[in-house]
Amino acid sequence: MKNDNKYTEPFVRISKRGVPIPIWKAMGIRALALLAALIICAIIIFSIVKLNPLKVYIAMFEGAFSTNKRMWVTIRDAMMLLCIAVGLAPAFKMRFWNIGAEGQILMGGIVSAACMIYLSKHMTTLPMMLLMLVLSILAGGIWGFIPGIFKAKWGTNETLFTLMMNYIAIQITAYFVALWENPIGSNTVGVINPRTKIGWFPELFGQPYTLNVILVLVLVVFMYLYLRYTKQGYEVAVVGESENTARYAAIDVPKVIMRTTFISGAICGIAGFLAVSGASHTISTNTAGGRGFTAIIVAWLAQFNSFVMIPISALLVFLDKGAIEIASRYNLNNHVSNMLIGIILFFILGSEFFINYQVKFRGSKHQVEFQDGKHKEVQA
Amino acid sequence: METQKTVQKAIQMVNITKTFGEVIANNKINLDIYHGEILALLGENGSGKSTLMNVLSGIYLPDDGHIRVNGSAVLIRSPREAYQLGIGMVHQHFKLVDVLTAAENIVLGLNEHRLLDLKNVRAKVKEICDRYGFVVEPDKKVYDMSVSEKQTLEIVKLLYRGADILILDEPTAVLTPQETEKLFVVMRNMKSDGKSIVFISHKLHEVMEISDRVAVLRKGCFIGDVATKDTNPQKLTEMMVGRAVSLNIERPEPKNQVERLVVKNLTVLDSDGVKRLDNVSFTAYGGEILGIAGITGSGQRELLEAIGGLQPVESDGSIRLILPDGREEELCGKNPLEIYKLGVGLAFVPEDRFGMGLVASMDLIDNVMLRSYKQGKSVFADRKAPKELAEKIVQQLEVVTPSLKTPIRRLSGGNVQKMLVGREIAGNPSLLMTAYAVRGLDIKTTHTIFDLLNEQKQRGVAVIYVGEDLDVLLELSDRILVLCGGKVSGIVDARTAKKEEVGLLMTHLGEEATA
Amino acid sequence: MTQLISLLQAGIMFGTVILYGSTGETLTEKSGNLNLGVPGIMYLGGIVGLIGVFFYEMNNPEPNKFVCILIAMVSAFVAAMLGGLIYSVLTVTLRTNQNVTGLTLTIFAGGFANFFGGTLNRLAGGVGQISVSTTSAAFRASLPFAQDLPPLLSMLFGFGFMVYLAIGVALLVNWFINRTSIGLNLRAVGENPGTADAAGIKVTLYKYLATCIGAGISGLGGLFYVMDYTKGTWDADGGIERLGWIAVALVIFSSWNSKRGILGAYLFGLLYWLFFYIPNLTRRSIELFKMLPYLVTIIVLILVALRRRRESQPPGSLGLPYFREDR
Repeated sequence: MKNDNKYTEPFVRISKRGVPIPIWKAMGIRALALLAALIICAIIIFSIVKLNPLKVYIAMFEGAFSTNKRMWVTIRDAMMLLCIAVGLAPAFKMRFWNIGAEGQILMGGIVSAACMIYLSKHMTTLPMMLLMLVLSILAGGIWGFIPGIFKAKWGTNETLFTLMMNYIAIQITAYFVALWENPIGSNTVGVINPRTKIGWFPELFGQPYTLNVILVLVLVVFMYLYLRYTKQGYEVAVVGESENTARYAAIDVPKVIMRTTFISGAICGIAGFLAVSGASHTISTNTAGGRGFTAIIVAWLAQFNSFVMIPISALLVFLDKGAIEIASRYNLNNHVSNMLIGIILFFILGSEFFINYQVKFRGSKHQVEFQDGKHKEVQA
Repeated sequence: METQKTVQKAIQMVNITKTFGEVIANNKINLDIYHGEILALLGENGSGKSTLMNVLSGIYLPDDGHIRVNGSAVLIRSPREAYQLGIGMVHQHFKLVDVLTAAENIVLGLNEHRLLDLKNVRAKVKEICDRYGFVVEPDKKVYDMSVSEKQTLEIVKLLYRGADILILDEPTAVLTPQETEKLFVVMRNMKSDGKSIVFISHKLHEVMEISDRVAVLRKGCFIGDVATKDTNPQKLTEMMVGRAVSLNIERPEPKNQVERLVVKNLTVLDSDGVKRLDNVSFTAYGGEILGIAGITGSGQRELLEAIGGLQPVESDGSIRLILPDGREEELCGKNPLEIYKLGVGLAFVPEDRFGMGLVASMDLIDNVMLRSYKQGKSVFADRKAPKELAEKIVQQLEVVTPSLKTPIRRLSGGNVQKMLVGREIAGNPSLLMTAYAVRGLDIKTTHTIFDLLNEQKQRGVAVIYVGEDLDVLLELSDRILVLCGGKVSGIVDARTAKKEEVGLLMTHLGEEATA
Repeated sequence: MTQLISLLQAGIMFGTVILYGSTGETLTEKSGNLNLGVPGIMYLGGIVGLIGVFFYEMNNPEPNKFVCILIAMVSAFVAAMLGGLIYSVLTVTLRTNQNVTGLTLTIFAGGFANFFGGTLNRLAGGVGQISVSTTSAAFRASLPFAQDLPPLLSMLFGFGFMVYLAIGVALLVNWFINRTSIGLNLRAVGENPGTADAAGIKVTLYKYLATCIGAGISGLGGLFYVMDYTKGTWDADGGIERLGWIAVALVIFSSWNSKRGILGAYLFGLLYWLFFYIPNLTRRSIELFKMLPYLVTIIVLILVALRRRRESQPPGSLGLPYFREDR
C-alpha cells in the first residue's frame, strides 16, 4: 500500500471540449481577456506617464469621439480596416494565407490616384468614381490573382509570395510618387485636385465619409451572403477544409483558388480606392500603413463572419485613435498604439484556448460525461 | 504468498477509464501482464484495445485508474516515461520520421552521446538483429522502406531501448503470410529471452498460434482472460462479440445481370513512379456485388479513385461505363468534374470519411449537399432539398444526432457512415463503390449498411465492395476480385470459393487463368 | 574596381542583418514553428540593445568597449528571446494560429521598438542624436591589420566582428542541427512531432527552446542593424521590419539550411544595393530596381515548388500545432 503514495495526479490536464461551451460563456471569456489586456495596458501606461489610467482611458475615448470630426475620422478608418478584413475573409476561409493585402491596397490606390491626376480635366466626379472603382477592383484583383495562379498550379507557398508582392507594390508606388511628385523635391504627391475636388468622394447628408460607410457596409453584406449562401461560397469552404474532399465533390480546385484570390485582392483594391479617393486624396508608400496585416487579425478573430468584423475593427481603430490622443497629450509618440493593440490581441488570441479546450487542475472536481448525456460529479 | 504472485506480474492495469468527448473508450479495465508471456489482446474494431495500450505506453493519460509496474504504482505521463519503465509500443501507424535513416530513427530521443555516433549505433543494431533474427539496413531512409521493413525497424528500436514489455498493435494487418511467419519467429525468440509481448489482433488463428494467454475486450470493457491452450476460436469469438453470431448476411440472387463497368488494362503510377495498379482488367455487372479483397495497400484505393477520376491513370487503359439506358461513356482520363457533367450516377463511399467523403466541420445539411450543390442555375446554393434529404436519411437510417445543424464530426463513426452511404445512394447511382464501408462500425450498423448495399444490388446497381474481412466478403459478395501487389490475382465465385483459396490469391499471384 | 568593392561591402553588410534573422528563423522552423514575428523580434533585439548601452554610456563618462558590447549583445539576445517566449506561450501552450500570432508579435514589437526608440531620440535631443558612439565604434572596429591589406582583402577583413560572428553562428546552427543528438531530436520534432513524442522527446520543450534561442539569434540581426548598419542611431522608418521579412524569405531561399543561407544572404545584399552602382539611373527607375530582391525571392519560391526535391522541402509539421491527444 505504501507505494500508492507515489501515485499523483498530473498538475494539469488539457482536453478538447467534446461539447462546445455556450455562446454567452465564450463571450464572457473573451470579455475577461479584453479586461485583463486593458489592465496590463493601464499598468504600462501608468508606469510610463504616471497618470491615473482611468483618466488616460477617458482621454483615449475623447481622442476617438470627442468632436464630430474626430468621430467621423474614427468611423472612416474603421470602415477602411473593415473593408480590408472583408476582402481577406474569403481567402482565409479557403486557408489561403493572403498576407499581401498591403500590396493589393496600394495597387488599387495607384490606379485611383492615376485617374484623379490624368482624367480630372476630362471627366466629372461620378463617371470617374465608377471608373476608379472598376480599375481598383482589377488592379487589386490581379495583384491577388498572381500568387493565386502559382498556388493553384504549382503549389507555391502563398504566405511568402503575397508578402513579396507587397514590397513590389511598394516599389511601384514609390516609382509613381517620384513621377507625380508635387511640389518638386517634396518626395510626396500632395493632395490631388485640392480645389476642384474631382475624384474625391462627394459629401452625402452633410458628411464627407458617408459614402465610405455605405460602400463598406454593402461589401459586408455582400461577403456575408457570398460566403454563407452562394454556391461559390460553399466551394470556398470545402476547399478550405480539405482539397481532397473538394476534388471528390467535383470542385475544380485550381479554379476556385484563382477566383477566390481575385475576389480577395479586388476588395482590398477597393480599400485602396477608399484610402485615396475617399480619405487622404493622395498616395504614398504608407497608404496601406500596416492595415493589411491588422486586418488579417480582424478577419481571423471574427472567424470570417463579416458582421462580427464590425465591432472588432471598431475596437482596434478606437484603440489606435485613443492611443494617438494620449501620445500627443502626454508627449509620447504614436507608435504606442501598436504596442497596446499588440498586447490586447495577444490576450484575445490566447483566450480562444480556454473556449476550445478544457483545463482541469489537480484536485479539482471534474465531470465525467456519459453517452446519455447525464453528468456525474467525480472527486478526482 | 501474496507478494510472490505480484512479483510475477510485470504490469497491472487497475480500473483504467478513458473517455473521448462522449465516447467511453475504456471503462474500468483491469488487465495484468506477466513476465515472459505472449498475451493476445483480442477485440473487435473499436473495442478499446488500442486506447488501452496507448494508456500503457504513455500516449494517453487515463481519466481514472492507475498502473503498477512490477508491483509499484506508477504514473506514465509520456512515452519517455514508458520507455524508462521498459514499456514500448509499435503502433499501427508507424512512429518513424520519413526523412531520417533507420539508425537515426533508432537513436531518436535517446541522447546517448552529445554528438551523433552512428557507427556505434550500427554495431549495436547488428548485435540485436543477430540475436533475434532481424534484418535492418541502418543507413536506409525510411521513405525508401517497405511496410515490413518499417515494422522491423520499429521493433528493433524498442529493443535497442531495452524494452522488456513490447506492445504490437495489429502487426500482421499489413504483412504477407510469409512476413507474418518471420515476425512470429522473432516474437518467440524474444519471449524465450524473457520479454513480455502484448499482441493486439482480431485474427483468431494467429492468436491461437502465437499467444500463451488471451484477454478479450468488448465495447470498452474487459470481458475476461483465458489460457490459449484452454480455449478455441469459437469460444473466443463468443467472448469477443458477446454471443455466437454467424454473420448471417443476406445474399439475394443476382437478377438481370448486364455489363455495367468494363475496365481494361488500367495502370496507375504514384508520384514516385511506382506502379500501384498494374494492367487491371475486369467487368462489374449491374445487379451484383463485386467484392474486392487484398492485403491493405494492394491497390484497392487506387482502383476506386481511378474510376472516380481522382487518380491520374496511364493513357492506354479504358474504363467504360454502360448505363441502364444503353448510353456508353469512357471515364478514363476524365476528372471528377468532367465525370459529374456526364451525369452517369457514380457513387463512391471512400475509405477516408473525413479526409475525402465529408467535410468534418460542416453540418449534416451541408454535407448532404456536397454532391448535389451544383444543381440548378442559381448562384445561391439551395439548402431546402438537402435539408429534406438529410431529414430523410436521419429518419430512415436511424442516425443519432442532436440536430441537422450539428457538425458531422461530432457524430459517432457509425452515424457518420450512415450519412455518407445515405447521401451516395440518394443520387440514384448506376455504380456504387464502397471502400471499407463497415470499418469501425458496430454489428447493428454493419448490417444496416449491408442491407443498403443489397437493396441497391436488387435495384440493378453495380456494387463494388472493397473489404478487409474475408468472412464478410465471402458472405456478402457475388464474386470476389482479389488484388495482390496492384495486379488482379484472381476473380472467384463467392458462393463456392474457399476462404483459404482467397487468402492464397491475396498473397501469391495465382494462376492468371482463373479470371 | 572600387565600385565593385563598395558594392560587395554594402551587400555583405545588408546580408549580415538578414543572415542573423534567417539563421534564427531556420532553427525555429526546424521545430515546426513558422514564426512570422521575425521582424518584430529583430525590432526587439535592436531597440533593447540600444537602450541598454544608451544608459550605460550616459552614466559612464568613459565607457569600457567590452562592457558596451557585452551589455548590447546580452540585452538584445534576452529581449529577442522574450519575444520568442511570447510567441511560444501563445502558439505552443495556448495553440493559437502561428501566422496570426507571428503577425501580432510583429505589430506589437514594432510599436514597442519605435515607441521607445522615439522616446530615446527625444531624451537624446532629436533623431540621429542618440549617442552610443563608443559602442557603435566598438561594434564597427575592424581587425587591426585590415587597413594594410590590398583593397579587396582590406574590405573583406575590415568589417566589425558581428559580420564574422554571423557566419560562425550560421555554421554552428547547421552543425548543431545535423551532427548532434539534440539536433536530430529537433529535426524529428519539426518533421513529425507525434513520432518525436512517442520516442520520448519533449516536444513542447524543444519547440520552446528552438523558438526562443532562434529568436535570440534573429534579435542579434536587429542589434547589428542598429549598431553597424545605421551606426548607433534609431530611425522609425521601418527598415528593420523590411529586412525582417526578407530574412523570413531567405529561410525558404536557403531551403532550411543555414549554411546555404550565408551565400543567399550576401546575394540578397548585392541585389538590394545593385541600383546604387548602376550609372545613369533616374530616381524613378531606382525605385523599380529596388524590386529585384523581392522578384528573385518569388522566382526562388516558384523553383522550389517546381523541383519538389525531398531535401529542399519544409519541415513536415511546419505551421501546424501539436497536441498529443488530438488524434
